[in-house]
Amino acid sequence: MGTIKNLAGGIKGLVEGLATTIKILFRKPVTEQYPEYKRPLPARSRAVIILTRDPDGEERCVACYLCSAVCPVSCISMQSAERADGRRYPRWFRINFARCIYCGFCEEACPTLAIQLTPHFETSRRDILKLVYEKEDLLVNHGGKNNEYNFYKYAGVAMVGEKGTHINEKKPVNLKSNMP
Amino acid sequence: MLLEWILGFVFLIVKLGIVLIVLLTVAAYLVWVERKLLARMQARYGPNRAWRYGLLQPLADLVKLVTKEDTVPEGANKGIFLLAPGVVGLMALLIFAVVPFGRGVSLWGRPVPLVVTDLNVGLLFVLALSSISVYGIALGGWASNSKFSLLGGIRGAAQMISYEVPLGLSLVPVVMLARSFSLVEIIDAQRGCPFILVQPVSFILFFIAALAEIKRIPFDLPEAENELGAGYHTEYSGMRFGLFFLGEYITMIILGSLIAAFFLGGWHGPLLPPFIWFLLKVGIIVFALIWFRATFPRIRFDQLMNIGWKVLIPIALLNILITGALVLGTS
Repeated sequence: MGTIKNLAGGIKGLVEGLATTIKILFRKPVTEQYPEYKRPLPARSRAVIILTRDPDGEERCVACYLCSAVCPVSCISMQSAERADGRRYPRWFRINFARCIYCGFCEEACPTLAIQLTPHFETSRRDILKLVYEKEDLLVNHGGKNNEYNFYKYAGVAMVGEKGTHINEKKPVNLKSNMP
Repeated sequence: MLLEWILGFVFLIVKLGIVLIVLLTVAAYLVWVERKLLARMQARYGPNRAWRYGLLQPLADLVKLVTKEDTVPEGANKGIFLLAPGVVGLMALLIFAVVPFGRGVSLWGRPVPLVVTDLNVGLLFVLALSSISVYGIALGGWASNSKFSLLGGIRGAAQMISYEVPLGLSLVPVVMLARSFSLVEIIDAQRGCPFILVQPVSFILFFIAALAEIKRIPFDLPEAENELGAGYHTEYSGMRFGLFFLGEYITMIILGSLIAAFFLGGWHGPLLPPFIWFLLKVGIIVFALIWFRATFPRIRFDQLMNIGWKVLIPIALLNILITGALVLGTS
């Protein structure tokens, strides 16, 4: 009796499985056909790196080396230089995308929002040396994720005007008239 | 007289050529059909890049396999390693020699039977050749000098030898009813009523045993991908792997044709022409094989042996006794 019950249970299991697969045979596949259909990626997905510009069109990077220091695979290298007005910039800036693991640490480390990761990921090349991007390949003409932010409005340049004339800076307190 | 003989010979060669080409093409496209059906049963598309619906996929696969390097692992027994895939492929092709795929036709006043050769011991020929193809698997696994291959080869040998017993026994009632070993005569004996209706137990036994014999999914322990890499053909590359693969798909077609011949009445059927009926029956069996592959998990090795020796063989013997008694009683 037990054997027959077991057998019936087994056959029921097999038939249920077969019914499931035959049902799915007539269902539309869920696969997205990649080159024909490109899924819109979230703005914060991490792929190719860009160097962005200030709202006034100057490049944001101040060549502080924080990104190349934090990079776990050491794929970022640069050389800093200084303009006549004291503003720093990278003389050259190089990212080796053959090494980059797109971890986004550089973007987190960047104090000026200069280096940013974009959702664009289709960069494969036959020649591995073509994956080494120079500054002119990296630099773009917009502000990336934040078009308003301008680091140099707050810091990073030598003082030229009077104290208290800088943006968001309070007038210096006159110690002599500051008595209780 | 000589002219007559030469004409007959040419006829035979042409027929052999056509059968071979059709069989190889169908086997190649069976790979496409299987991948496509499996994919759809898993809500995927399957191959769809090579031309429309991926219809040129077999061609692309062939080019890939032929242009790949033919590697022989270090320490392998080279001669046996190189020969083993040939055994599998050759045995699969040879079995098809006795499979009839249609009622005989006549061309230019010459009778052309739609079977390569109508052996009077065709059934024994099939069983014998399917036993020989064990060598291809066991030796291929052993000669590779790899643990996974060896394990796969051992499993293959054990499984195929165990399941040959119920495979042979399940066909004894068919022979009793048809009173012949010839596949053509077995099909002719089912003119009125296919044997699946008379011998359902025999049919189920044969189907299960044959599934194990051709190493299809519930019984694919010799090549168990997730345990053994690829089993007995782990170390093979290029067209030698292709030969194993080809042999596997030809045996699928052969299993379909044999079940059609032994149990489903071969080319007999109403309305449609005989050859179409044959194709239809083979198609149904092959679809079932793919369907099972998409559905069932692999069974354990001890379960495999238990089913073979403790369930299938006793039932097959009992079935032979009952059938024999009935045949004796009615005649």
